[in-house]
Order: sequence, then C-alpha cells, then structure tokens
Amino acid sequence: MRAKTKYVTMPSKTILPERDAAREPVLECVNLGITLGGIKAVEDFNFTLGRTEIAGLIGPNGAGKTTVFNLLTKVYQPTTGTILLNGKDTHGMNTMQVNKAGIARTFQNIRLFKNLSVADNVKAAMNNDMHYNMLSSILRLPNYKREEIAAHRRALKLLSIFDMQDMADVRAGSLPYGAQRRLEIVRALATNPSLLLLDEPAAGMNPSETADLMDNIRKIHEMFQIAILLIEHDMSLVMNICEGICVLNFGHIIAKGTPDEIQSNPAVVEAYLGRKKEA
Amino acid sequence: MIFLNFFISGISLGSIYAIIALGYTMVYGIAKMLNFAHGDVIMVGAYVCFYAVSRYGMNPFVGVVLAMAVCTSLGIVIERFAYKPLRQAPSLAVLITAIGMSYFLQNTALLLWSSNPKVFPSIIGRGSFKLFEGKLSVSHVTVLTIATCVIIMIVLSLFISKTKLGKAMRACSEDKGAAQLMGINVNATISLTFAIGSGLAAIAGALLCSAYPTLMPTTGSLPGIKAFTAAVFGGIGSIPGAFLGGLMLGVIEIFAKAYISSQLSDAVVFGVLIVVLLVKPSGLLGKQLQEKV
Repeated sequence: MRAKTKYVTMPSKTILPERDAAREPVLECVNLGITLGGIKAVEDFNFTLGRTEIAGLIGPNGAGKTTVFNLLTKVYQPTTGTILLNGKDTHGMNTMQVNKAGIARTFQNIRLFKNLSVADNVKAAMNNDMHYNMLSSILRLPNYKREEIAAHRRALKLLSIFDMQDMADVRAGSLPYGAQRRLEIVRALATNPSLLLLDEPAAGMNPSETADLMDNIRKIHEMFQIAILLIEHDMSLVMNICEGICVLNFGHIIAKGTPDEIQSNPAVVEAYLGRKKEA
Repeated sequence: MIFLNFFISGISLGSIYAIIALGYTMVYGIAKMLNFAHGDVIMVGAYVCFYAVSRYGMNPFVGVVLAMAVCTSLGIVIERFAYKPLRQAPSLAVLITAIGMSYFLQNTALLLWSSNPKVFPSIIGRGSFKLFEGKLSVSHVTVLTIATCVIIMIVLSLFISKTKLGKAMRACSEDKGAAQLMGINVNATISLTFAIGSGLAAIAGALLCSAYPTLMPTTGSLPGIKAFTAAVFGGIGSIPGAFLGGLMLGVIEIFAKAYISSQLSDAVVFGVLIVVLLVKPSGLLGKQLQEKV
C-alpha cells in the first residue's frame, strides 16, 4: 500500500496533491462536454490532474470514461469546454498534435501494430524525436545511422522496464496477451508523454498479472515522474494505486476524492449497486 | 536457347509490371484504396520523358529524373484533391473517383498531346548484348529494366523496414488511429506513399516505352490493369508479393504469346489470375508475409 497522498485545495478551487501544488497542473478540463448522436455523452467534466499524480477514472459501463479519453486525445472534438494541457489550450489541435504536446495512451482493446516487431512498434512511436530526412535514409548517411542506433537503444531500454528486451525481434501480434498489454504501455512511453492515459490496463489479466502490472505502473511513475490517468474496473488495482479517483455516471462526475472518500461515498455506492430500497 | 530468350523477355516485362504493381500495392496497403489512375500516371511520366528528350534534347536520364519529379508532384496533387476529401467516404465512392481520375488524366493527355502515337526514343538506345556466339541476344533495355527493378526492390525494402518513415508507413497501414495517437503524421505518410508510387510509375513509364516505343494517351491503361492483376496475384498489400506477382505475370504473358497464341496471351494471363484466386484468395504472399505497406 502506498502512503496516503495529501491533497491541498488551490485558490482556483482545484484540488492537487501537495507535492504538485507549486507546479502547473498537467491537465485541466473546464466544462468539457460532447454530444454524440444527440446524446450528451459527457457533460460538465471539470477535472484537474497534478504533474505527478496517479488518478483513476471509474464508473459503470457506458458512463463515458473512454469518451473522456477520446476527448483528451482529440479522437473526438469536444462540443463544449476547454482542455488545458501543460497550461496550453488544445483547442483546434488534432490527435497527432496533442500527442506531441504530451499525451500518450493505450487502448481498451489492444491496438498494437501486430505485424511489426516489438522493437519496431516502440520505434514507430519515436517519429517525432527523429529528424533525419528521406534522402539521408536512402543514402544511409551518418546522421541516419546515428539516429536509428540511438532509437534502437532507447527502445531496448524502455522494453527492459518490463523485462521485454529479449523479445525485441518477435512479431508483436504473436506475443502473449499480457505482454501485448505491456508493450502498449512501452509504446506510449516512447512518445515522451507528460500524461499517460491507460484504458483498462488490467482487462483480461489474472490476479498475479494484475499485481505485476501495479508494480510496473508504480515503477514507471517513479522513473519518469509523469502523471497517469487510468480507467479500470478492477477496484483492487484502482484503490491500491490511485491517489485520486473521479467517478463518472451517465456522463457526469458524481464524485471526486481519495480512495477512502470514494469507497464511503453514498452516490458512488448507488451508481454501482443501485438505490437502497426504503423500508 | 529460344526458351531462355523468351524467359529473359518475360522477366524484363515482368520487372516493369512489378515496378507498377508496387505503386498499387503500397497505396492499397496504406490507404486501403485501388488507385486506378496509377496506370495513367505512367503515361504522363512517359510523355514528360518523351518531350524532355525528343523536343528539348535533354539527356535521357535527366529526362527520367524530370518525369519522376513531375509524377511525384502529380501523385501528391491527385491524393490531396481527389482522394483526401474522401478519406471517410465508403470505399465504393473512392473507387469511382479513382476511375474518374483515370479518365480525366487520359483525356487531358489527349487534349495536350493529341491521339497521334509518338515514337518514344529508347533511353539507352537499341543495342543488345550478344551471348553464346550470337545465339542469345539480350537488348540493353532489357538489362537496364531488370537491373532497375532489382535496385528498386532492394532500396524500397530497406527503406520500409529500416527507416522511421518506413515504420510510419507500416504503422499507418495497420492502424491509422493508433498511429496518429503515437505521434505519426498520417496525412503526410499517405502523401509520401502516393509520391513514392508515382515516382516509380515514371520510371516504369520510361522503361515500358523504351521496350515498346509507341506512346499514346491510353498507353498506361493496359499495363496498369495488368500490374494491378500482378499485385492481386502476389497478394495485394504485400511488397514482395508485387515483385513476385509482376515477374510471374510477365513470364506467363511472354510464354503464352510464344507457345500458345499471341492473341490469347492476355486471356491466359487473366485466366491464371482466376485460378490463383480460386485456390488462394489472398494471393501468393497475401497472408503469410503480411508486410503491408
């Protein structure tokens, strides 16, 4: 169990972990909302994430959790509200640009480049860091070789976080399920994010794999000092790892707080288990 | 010896098909569309080369480079204005647009350059190597064609497997959404694919017209369709497949011309395609070697 994180309320009424209070939050959503097919899939989503905070986004199925991720990564353009990433308004940016600005994510259903090798999956995500042009790659000039070697080294180093460096040449699609999930996280890290979004990282994992995953998420958090926002149904993982939790139901935030506060919040209990019958 | 002669001609014709098929297969792999205007880009390349060499007296190789530059730009422009607005449209709409673009290019060529066939000057003359005391004669164009095809295949394979742009292309061909979320510029990658395919089409045009010197606005159509067949034959989306499919189609066509009937050769070619697709619908290298680009 991690030590309980102390939260402080900022003058702007947002709540941040004490250690991040002096720094600009990595993410600030103000009145974020989207209407999909006439339905308000997410509405009035106000949310702040500290620079090194690990937070969870939970809620029953269809609550709009993945929609929030899609809004943050501009797969959907929001109908209302603003998203500030590292203090910068992401209005008008596309998916690629918000990735450059510091958001990386994994997917609920794994979306690796299955026919590429493990190392190539990671290197494909480093495109923004490589600057040689087409001519030098065709003529194999020294700057091409230098950058490719550096990228390969970095890919192996990232893979070694999850002990996957020996699988570098394996086709990604032929990896076992758990390894594919880990590779997705490595690939996301390769883009140098300041905010990592994990969409159900423990889905389909058995308890021991989930325990490993928790250790790995902590490890990443310590190594890279980045903010992590995760969607997860596995409550033991969420309660163990997240410092702050935000609960969504029918597109609205119904509760925010520390794991202890959330567990004893009547609105959350109701959303998950239904209303208690009045005697 | 005659057999060997036919075989070499077949490989040479097949090399041209392979170069054209690369354009089809790369664009299909990444944009999931059949660019039927590809054959007409070949024709434009051949005309540019023809005018550069015959009218303006340029060195043939400079002419080819110029044709490549023109076709590369043409490919990017076609993608930008005809296909990009239809990125989200159903594939049938894109297919019809591609056929429309093909007719547009043919008719523009008709307007600009008239329907009179032009005699294309070979880019390296009409000489030939005599082997086995003159029993086997291999023209310079044949050697150049085969060599060009091999070089293109090697360079392209290295480019796709070893460079960041190549990785971006493979990533986009598998999952554009995920690629974009990993910071890959999908639009630029698709443009690049069209640019490479069209640049190769210019080379194919110059080689094709060096071997078969009649140049008309419809010159690109039939080789275009046959190269498309070659791409399907080898497994569309697969680069080694395009290479193999192109070579096999060329050899089959020449053998059919030589040993069966020159009128029936096209029927034989397409007949073989039907048989292959009945036995293996994904093409020769369709599934096992899923190196889609």
